[in-house]
Amino acid sequence: MSATAASIGMTRRLAPRTVLGAGATLLLLAFVLGASSGAYAISTAQLWGVLRDAWQGVVEPSPEHLVFMNIRLPRLMLGIAAGCGLGMAGAVMQGLFRNPLADPGLIGISSGAALAAGVTIVLGAWLWPVLPRTLGSWTLVSMAFGGGFLVTLLIYVLSRSESGTRMALMLLAGIAINALAGAGLGLLSVMATDEQLRSLQFWLLGSLGGARWSAVALVGVVVLLACAASLTLAAPLNAIALGESQAALLGVDVERTKRRAIVVTAFAVGAVTATTGIIGFIGLIAPHWVRMIAGPDHRIVLPASGLLGAALVLAADTVARTILAPAELPLGVLTAFIGVPMFLLMLRHYRHRI
Amino acid sequence: MSALECIDAGFQVGTKALLSGMTARLLPGRVYAILGPNGAGKSTLLSLLSGQRRPTHGEVRLDGLPLERHAPAALALRRAVMPQESSVAFDFNALEIVTLGRLPHRTAPEADEAGIVDSAMALTDVAALAPRILNTLSGGEKARVHLARAMAQLWHPRPGGDTRWLLLDEPTAALDVAHQHATMALVRQKAAQGVGVVAVLHDLNLALRYADEVIVLGQGRAMVQGPTAKVLSPALVSEVWRTPCELVAGRDGAPQYLFGGLQPSAT
Repeated sequence: MSATAASIGMTRRLAPRTVLGAGATLLLLAFVLGASSGAYAISTAQLWGVLRDAWQGVVEPSPEHLVFMNIRLPRLMLGIAAGCGLGMAGAVMQGLFRNPLADPGLIGISSGAALAAGVTIVLGAWLWPVLPRTLGSWTLVSMAFGGGFLVTLLIYVLSRSESGTRMALMLLAGIAINALAGAGLGLLSVMATDEQLRSLQFWLLGSLGGARWSAVALVGVVVLLACAASLTLAAPLNAIALGESQAALLGVDVERTKRRAIVVTAFAVGAVTATTGIIGFIGLIAPHWVRMIAGPDHRIVLPASGLLGAALVLAADTVARTILAPAELPLGVLTAFIGVPMFLLMLRHYRHRI
Repeated sequence: MSALECIDAGFQVGTKALLSGMTARLLPGRVYAILGPNGAGKSTLLSLLSGQRRPTHGEVRLDGLPLERHAPAALALRRAVMPQESSVAFDFNALEIVTLGRLPHRTAPEADEAGIVDSAMALTDVAALAPRILNTLSGGEKARVHLARAMAQLWHPRPGGDTRWLLLDEPTAALDVAHQHATMALVRQKAAQGVGVVAVLHDLNLALRYADEVIVLGQGRAMVQGPTAKVLSPALVSEVWRTPCELVAGRDGAPQYLFGGLQPSAT
């Protein structure tokens, strides 16, 4: 055979069950790796013992038990929620924009959320003193959601055209919004106290270091709901791949699908960014890899991107906290170092369509 | 009786009328060809009939009810549109694209959904393209995949007896001559099953051979409409398209046009 399957545009795809199984296996591996490595190493046997004790409700004051339950597990859970939310949100955005380069970080949704969170931290007590008391820790999440929501709408309006969104416009709008958010956070950092400055930096660089059970529960619930809601978007998003007018002719309520997609993304990205800061490129890479092995059907792309995103964030975070130990590399910095070359490769691949 | 009607329908963008004063009554079980020179408003008329655009004047009605009052989901069960060209996002393969034609039926699927998709693909001769990525196919192959999608969407008669409508925007433009005739024969066959077929065509000879009735547009207005053989006279054709032509009879008796180089027979 002279022509390979790929060269004549043949599709060779793994079955949905295989893809989901592989995603779950990767996530499990990343979880075990993340749980055992760190400043205090926990062997697999010890890990098994701790998990069994925790399952049976036994509280054993062994150091590995304390380290795992109070430090590592919340961080791992936050990583799963963040990766899952970002991977799923990336897939939803790409489906809605009909564009494989839409990433919540790249097009500014994450920075919009981060800027809104930054404003709340530094100026919140002055701007809206009532909110924190009424909304509690939800204040940050709701503000970050609002920021992400506005940016998503803005990008959608700016980059839309008859034949879908214009890739170049979308990416340029993203540059502008990222620059604005950078300037805004810079301005805030001048006005901030030392303590506020540290949390601002945390926002810009992204980290799972702030994992506390209360935050984990909050993000976990929001991401879980957003992921569940996103699954109802799978069939409409498949139709939208044909173009919005063709989707409407197939009976899809395009406007409602858009509204839902934007709300789901803004909630997931807002909640994640409010607790972890900006973790870029997960929403770009996870759906891209899933589509390469499973094809573009959103019924599989959405859940598999969530699984792969979670595995990627856990693996990246494990590297981030061990590679320079005892110092910790900010997670957002690491995902950018991995994500940017991937993005450039994708740009090269799609260069004729930009 | 069920019908798709235009009542003084028009469509205007800004101050420019793309189509105006269109009145027509289309019946199921017949093949209609929309003809006319470039820019005459053919695609505009088709998009009004499909509900993709709402008329800015007048009305388009299906079964007596304005099109926009029909629920989009209910309409999708009985009306399919084959687009002129359609860019698809991501690497969907031909099989997946045709399967999307069954999307409106997902709440009440047939026993043999996969079989319907396979049969539709066999009808338009794209079964062998099933695993190929749509965006790597040629224009004619893509057109036949989209036709198969429309066929799959309208596969079975509606249980309530609602009439089905198949609207095609230049279905034969990218096809080789064998597939042009196969496609038109296929939609004729669909019409024989009671489906109303409306196709924008450029090839007058295809219209002569396969259309029951034609609607000839010129500069955004209906010039003339009626039974094909009666309406498409050499005088009309040479006037509307400004091309000399001659009507000849094929060996099977079907009238066909020869174009160009001749003196218009009307003068």
